[in-house]
Amino acid sequence: MESVNDSKGKCGAEASAQPQPVRLDLAEVREKLSRQRGPEVWRSLEELAETPEFEEFLHREFPRQASEIDAVSRRGFLQLAGASLALAGLTGCTKQPPEGIVPYVKQPEYIVPGRPLFFATTLVHGGYAQGVLAESHMGRPTKIEGNPDHPASLGSTDVFAQAAVLTLYDPERSQSILHDGRIATWGAFVADLGNRLRALQGLGGEGVRILTGTVTSPTFAAQMQDLLTRFPRARWHQWEAAGGHHGRAAATRAFGQPLATRYDFSAARVVLAIDSDVLTEGPGNVRYQRDFARTRRVRKGNLQMSRLYAVESIPTNTGTLADHRLPLPAAEIEAFTLALAQAVGAATAGGDVLTDARARKFVQAIAQDLRANAGASIVAADEYSSPAVQVLVHAINQALGNSGRTVFHTAPVDAAPVDHVASMRELVTDMSAGRVELLLMLGGVNPVYTAPADLGFTPALQKVPLRVHHGLYENETSEYCQWHVPAAHELESWGDARSFDGTVSLMQPLIEPLYSGKTGHEVIAALFANRADATSFELVQAHWKTLLVGNFEEAWRKVVHDGIVPATQLPPAGASVDGGAVQQAANDIRASLQRARSEGSNKVTLRLRPDPTVWDGSLAQNVWLQELPKPLSKLTWDNALMVGPATAERLKVSHEETAEVSWNGRKVQAAVWVLPGMAEGTATLSLGYGRRRAGRATGLGFSAYELRTSQNLWNLPGAEIRGLAGRHDFACTQNHHVLPQGKRKSGMGEDGEIPLAGEQAEKRHLVMTGTLEEFRSDPDFIKKEREEPEPGESLYPGWKYEGHKWGMAIDLNVCTGCSTCIVACQAENNIPVVGKEQVQRGREMHWIRVDRYYAGDMDDPRIHNQPVPCMQCENAPCEVVCPVAATVHSDEGLNDMVYNRCVGTRYCSNNCPYKVRRFNFLRYSDRETPVLALLQNPDVTVRMRGVMEKCTYCVQRIEQAKIESKVENRPIPAGTLQTACQQACPTQAIVFGDINDPESEVTRWKSDPLSYGLLEMLNTRPRTTYLAKITNPNPALAAGQAHPEHEERT
Amino acid sequence: MATIDSPLPKPYKPPVVAPGHTPGTVTDKISSVVLRRTPKWWYVGFGISFSILMMFLFCVTYLFAKGVGIWGINQPVGWGFDIINFVWWIGIGHAGTLISAILLLLRQEWRTSINRFAEAMTLFAVACAGMYPVLHLGRPWLAYWLFPYPNTMGMWPQFRSPLIWDVFAVSTYATVSALFWYVGLIPDLATLRDRTRNRAMKIAYGFGAMGWRGSAAHWHNYETAYLLLAGLATPLVISVHTVVSFDFAVGQVPGWHATIFPPYFVAGAIYAGFAMVLTLAIPLRAAFHLEDFITTRHLQNMAKVMLATGLIVVYGYMAELFFGWYSGNIYERFMLMNRATGPYRFHWFALLLCNAVVPQLLWLRRFRTSPFWLFVISMFVSVGMWLERFIIIVTSLHRDFLPSSWGLYKGTIWDWGTFIGTIGLFLSLIFLFIRFLPMISIFEMRTIVPGGTEGGEYTTAPEQEPGISTEQGAVP
Amino acid sequence: MQIFHRSTNTLAKVSIFGAVFFIALFAWIFSTLLRSSYATGQGIVLKQPVPFSHDHHVAGLGIDCRYCHTAVEVSNSAGMPSTETCMNCHRQIWTNADLLEPVRSSFANNTPIVWQRVHDLPDFVYFNHSVHVAKGIGCASCHGQVDRMPLMFQQATLQMEWCLACHRDPGKNVRPREEVFNLDWEPTDPASYKRYMQPLPAAASDPEWKPSKADVQALQAKLVKEYKIQSLTSCSTCHR
Repeated sequence: MESVNDSKGKCGAEASAQPQPVRLDLAEVREKLSRQRGPEVWRSLEELAETPEFEEFLHREFPRQASEIDAVSRRGFLQLAGASLALAGLTGCTKQPPEGIVPYVKQPEYIVPGRPLFFATTLVHGGYAQGVLAESHMGRPTKIEGNPDHPASLGSTDVFAQAAVLTLYDPERSQSILHDGRIATWGAFVADLGNRLRALQGLGGEGVRILTGTVTSPTFAAQMQDLLTRFPRARWHQWEAAGGHHGRAAATRAFGQPLATRYDFSAARVVLAIDSDVLTEGPGNVRYQRDFARTRRVRKGNLQMSRLYAVESIPTNTGTLADHRLPLPAAEIEAFTLALAQAVGAATAGGDVLTDARARKFVQAIAQDLRANAGASIVAADEYSSPAVQVLVHAINQALGNSGRTVFHTAPVDAAPVDHVASMRELVTDMSAGRVELLLMLGGVNPVYTAPADLGFTPALQKVPLRVHHGLYENETSEYCQWHVPAAHELESWGDARSFDGTVSLMQPLIEPLYSGKTGHEVIAALFANRADATSFELVQAHWKTLLVGNFEEAWRKVVHDGIVPATQLPPAGASVDGGAVQQAANDIRASLQRARSEGSNKVTLRLRPDPTVWDGSLAQNVWLQELPKPLSKLTWDNALMVGPATAERLKVSHEETAEVSWNGRKVQAAVWVLPGMAEGTATLSLGYGRRRAGRATGLGFSAYELRTSQNLWNLPGAEIRGLAGRHDFACTQNHHVLPQGKRKSGMGEDGEIPLAGEQAEKRHLVMTGTLEEFRSDPDFIKKEREEPEPGESLYPGWKYEGHKWGMAIDLNVCTGCSTCIVACQAENNIPVVGKEQVQRGREMHWIRVDRYYAGDMDDPRIHNQPVPCMQCENAPCEVVCPVAATVHSDEGLNDMVYNRCVGTRYCSNNCPYKVRRFNFLRYSDRETPVLALLQNPDVTVRMRGVMEKCTYCVQRIEQAKIESKVENRPIPAGTLQTACQQACPTQAIVFGDINDPESEVTRWKSDPLSYGLLEMLNTRPRTTYLAKITNPNPALAAGQAHPEHEERT
Repeated sequence: MATIDSPLPKPYKPPVVAPGHTPGTVTDKISSVVLRRTPKWWYVGFGISFSILMMFLFCVTYLFAKGVGIWGINQPVGWGFDIINFVWWIGIGHAGTLISAILLLLRQEWRTSINRFAEAMTLFAVACAGMYPVLHLGRPWLAYWLFPYPNTMGMWPQFRSPLIWDVFAVSTYATVSALFWYVGLIPDLATLRDRTRNRAMKIAYGFGAMGWRGSAAHWHNYETAYLLLAGLATPLVISVHTVVSFDFAVGQVPGWHATIFPPYFVAGAIYAGFAMVLTLAIPLRAAFHLEDFITTRHLQNMAKVMLATGLIVVYGYMAELFFGWYSGNIYERFMLMNRATGPYRFHWFALLLCNAVVPQLLWLRRFRTSPFWLFVISMFVSVGMWLERFIIIVTSLHRDFLPSSWGLYKGTIWDWGTFIGTIGLFLSLIFLFIRFLPMISIFEMRTIVPGGTEGGEYTTAPEQEPGISTEQGAVP
Repeated sequence: MQIFHRSTNTLAKVSIFGAVFFIALFAWIFSTLLRSSYATGQGIVLKQPVPFSHDHHVAGLGIDCRYCHTAVEVSNSAGMPSTETCMNCHRQIWTNADLLEPVRSSFANNTPIVWQRVHDLPDFVYFNHSVHVAKGIGCASCHGQVDRMPLMFQQATLQMEWCLACHRDPGKNVRPREEVFNLDWEPTDPASYKRYMQPLPAAASDPEWKPSKADVQALQAKLVKEYKIQSLTSCSTCHR
């Protein structure tokens, strides 16, 4: 996070340029700080604490946490204090730097110093709501948890929600209103636009255009309605780069209206995912994962298990869980869908469209299986399949009688379900025709970067006389705007939004805007309702005043407390698929099939997808997401042009070498990453990279938007890939550096390390798998393979545990590899980000990682996910070798890691067979940026350089729970003590608890015959154990397809 | 020693010193090296090694400022050049004490002409080695936590950790070899004190000589002390590297976790040590024309020791391979396969070439007797032994149990800087040593030259010898 | 001829044997320094914005600890009184004492008072007041006779060995819960003994009677059992 310093410098400049310093305290303070370096920063922060302006800043910016300066600095100071003292030859136990305590002037009665509060609020991703609980330490939001009452969360979250808190504090967020790049004020902004608008109001708002992303907020929608009545000729355009464009189109074609579709996986016995990551992507994914997991929890005594088929061109998390996975190129998948539709009688039979025998076999088997489970099955195709495919899928679900049982069509969730592409096209035409006077771009939309390349948005934009951008960051678009208004973060604002099923949940601020941001509500109100001083609180409350039933005060209090507005879920709408549409879809598919099959063999189909971590690019500056290893590829800080091994060989492109992708005369250079499991003739490049103006993310990766046109949003058939000489250095957290320079055949590296790794993984019984059939016939079949050493096979005496005995179990059967646990852990435990260069050196710091193993054929591998936290071994190799007793067995079975005792020999890490220990090779934690000190969890030490760190089952949570139980003299209530990873996991694949308690969930999991430990033969007796991965293959296909478990036992 | 004074005709034994030497000439020859004007090449040599030493200081300063992250170490390879060099230097530091102590106890008279600088070399090597355990720490300023001292934390070190054993093993070894070396020096310091004309030098040597007059009493105490120290040092020679090998043997990483390590490490250490003695002895004897004292017989004997220990090391390799195969343990097997075929296979083959193949030349007399070839071969061995530690540490760590955590290791410029830097330190010390101290034990040589003190034992005090005026040693 | 006078021989001998004693001496100096108030900050009075006297407020006016340190029973931090708390009384009394000027201005301008931290544990130590109070460890056990401190100072060393001394043998410092905030309580207090240790020895009827050393230990043992006090020495108890 080097760029932090620059932004600090910039702040200084702003501060001096600031005409009226009232609103710019933060900048001032930071500018003050930016003048010093190193220790002084903090000392001066303390001195500053006495200076009036700092106090003032505190009270305006964080009124509820003035007293936390003390706690904040305490945590923030740690490393530095440690370092300077230690360097002075003293240890932590001797002299301390003087420290201040800043108590409240008037203490709010609901705040108890040192105890966190949780507020129900809402985070918005791609326009859709996710209900969350935000943990607040005396006014500082530090952690996001799921809201158990919220249908889209049920207490879990996705990576985006977990990382939101970092964006909140991101010092790169735009910090003040800019007019032509110079700092201006809200007053000046409202005045300037007010004048223009008065002029335009006469013409009924002619030439006024507002561009937003997908909007589900009822309040905002109402505001827009009001606006359009006041300015009848104004227009509201929408562009959500990674929005549901195909889905909307398909629904419109199939049902005549843009209905939304949602699934109930808990009721599905057979699921077919057609080229879609339905489980871990899209607005409903957290809920879907939870429901699906429910149908996969095989245990002794519960052999009920759903069956999942995945037919996909790009390996997805969903695919890794599939009992049968069939990689097919995009065009063939369309054929497959058509064949299936015919097979289940959803489309009129008409000639076999399939050429591939295996695909044919699949269609028959799946069709039979689906029919057998009619009404209890789901066929899901998501956004990235063509509308034609989705129409057929709707038809199939209808034919199977799934609609209304497992698949529900409801009124659209977004407030104004227009065709975004058409909307954009209209906007661009008008702009270039000079019909647009004022373009107001709200909510961080970034069309200059994300607009379809063929529309020519940017040149058209320059024809607009007055351009306004409102967002969290200055970006490519704000560059072209006279006005930029910083947006308030969700955790700073009042608001509301609908989740995938329509449920409305409220957004409440946990902290006053750090960077004087404004919400969309406020901007609209100020400009079009002449209410420059209206707060979003007033606006949102005003909206709901009329809608909430009963006593408003109570109702409102309840809604704010629960975070959700009751009874707002959208009811299923009876809808039937139009036969003509199906016929049309079939024809379309046949046509595109023609084209595809006649194509030259040197062509590939390029699939575009939102990036699994930075999404459409709007999250590019969130370093937690940047450094989060992307599922499957395990890449960080980059996107890549992914192709399968076979395709790579055919196109003569190799791993990590740059190539040129050309499609319809558009060219982009990108580096190749060979990804096993990609369908032959398919390549993919994720959106969200190649940003031109994105602070620290500028210049990372390659822009897919330059290829993306309004006609082909996701699917670019007939693209060409030409290998170039150059090399690109990726930062990959698994098998990094195993590809030596020079000879790299098929990109799998000399003696193909990746296959080697997979093969070894199976030899070593790391991921144990089997089929439901095996389990049924012999519940102990896993036990029989285990190499469990005799108890007591140790020189050291065993441990006794009178009280608790903590343990963890992980169910590989439901782990989707979504990686939420990693970010959750990072947020909970103050884990630093190390940057691309350090990741390349193999120094990433994540305490829990998701290991990914390929096995079998490189082009159609079996893919396994395995989350690996610290195993907290009973006979821990790390404990024996530490010379200073910095890692020690606790009397409750944890391997305590004592950061302040560690001298950094790294012996423990060498001796750890699971390699879960992480070392601060350099000073990774950012201490220069005061605002980031607010992000730190005060219950966890911030580690300094030269110190080893690792997972300790969130010992701070354990201790807190124990202390509370002792103070209140009662046992720890079941289910209240959760580790961060466990709490965040959407599928509840992780369970943690007391093994001494025979009733606890974890004990039950561990006693299941499917339970096994990693590397048991080492007699480390890991405390974290796994439940073997059980597949439920279709007998009709099993013969044909390689049975997973056969290879597993070699 | 009985050979000289036994009345019976004895079998021929090549002389340890070239014929034509009397105690007087010995003293003149050796002490002259110290007392005559400094030769030009010494300035050059010392200048170079000293500037390398300065580079070392620079590297270390940067290391302390930034942290060990400037090195190539990573996950999973937590140890790199730091520990490689540590073990390498410690190994080199073995020959000296072995030669002095064990060969003394075995009455191997030929040792006398080489033990002095062998010991010095030991000392300097240990000095180099001793720094790494501190340098490699993430927080070196807390290194003192490794010592058991009463503290306000109510904490002790963790005595099960081999690193703690190291602390004791290495520090004891350093102390004892330093003492041993110094005690051995005392009579010679006295000689130098008496011979130098320079007042400052007189005081300096005199200070070191601790008032040695060579009286019978002195000689008596001296001999007891020397023998005692020899007795003390002998077990250390074995123990130190055994303990060092525990750093690995105690770990459970495939490639570390082997019972063969202690003997195999000790042999390797002596192997490397003798190689280093040769690499130093050969140029020195040429530079100071000491061919008469360090005769081909010495070179031969050292070559033989090298060959012997070298073969033990090779046996160690074979044993490792055998165990790996015989254990049937997939991790062991994979580790060996990975050494031979993995990313570091070139290092592995280079290691075999240097340590196993090249030294076989020593079977041939003409290689054993040719200083040039001996020099080359011992160079090979030194490199080989360094590679051996590289293989043991890096290839074992970089692919252990979980394939997901595999990685690669590559030394950075700072790794190399620190490594070469310690060599600079080593050479600087050697240069100072040969300049200011007798690199061959004068009085011990005198005892073994023909016409030297009869009976070979130090029954006669040096001051009765020609070459030193009697009153010099007389009590004032 | 020797260059050194023979007296140097004695010198040499002395220095060699003396070395042992020198080393011992230095070790002793070092360890005393580490435990000195210079290192621990024991007994040092820091300059506070307001010279607040616990002596006056607690001993003099009999204000309970919890009136100001409100969070002590529920949170890790004992809590520092807000300016408002001070003003509750000082609205009425000493309304224009110069000493209280900082308090009034803080209240008027809504700017907090910045106190100097007296009991300052390293940042990697996680101490929790609530659990110690709940387990019957009195304020005085760590903070000393605060009610005898006109100006606040740190009474204990707060060094790890000091913490461990109690954590290894908690019985020594335990007292009846209701006496936790009683700064004058003594282990030999007959009342507490009589409350817990039935039946009483005959001697106890004598008003002058005080529990003996053995009695005190018995009481402490009982409390340890009753309050389920464990000896917690795992590192994660304090370091996280």
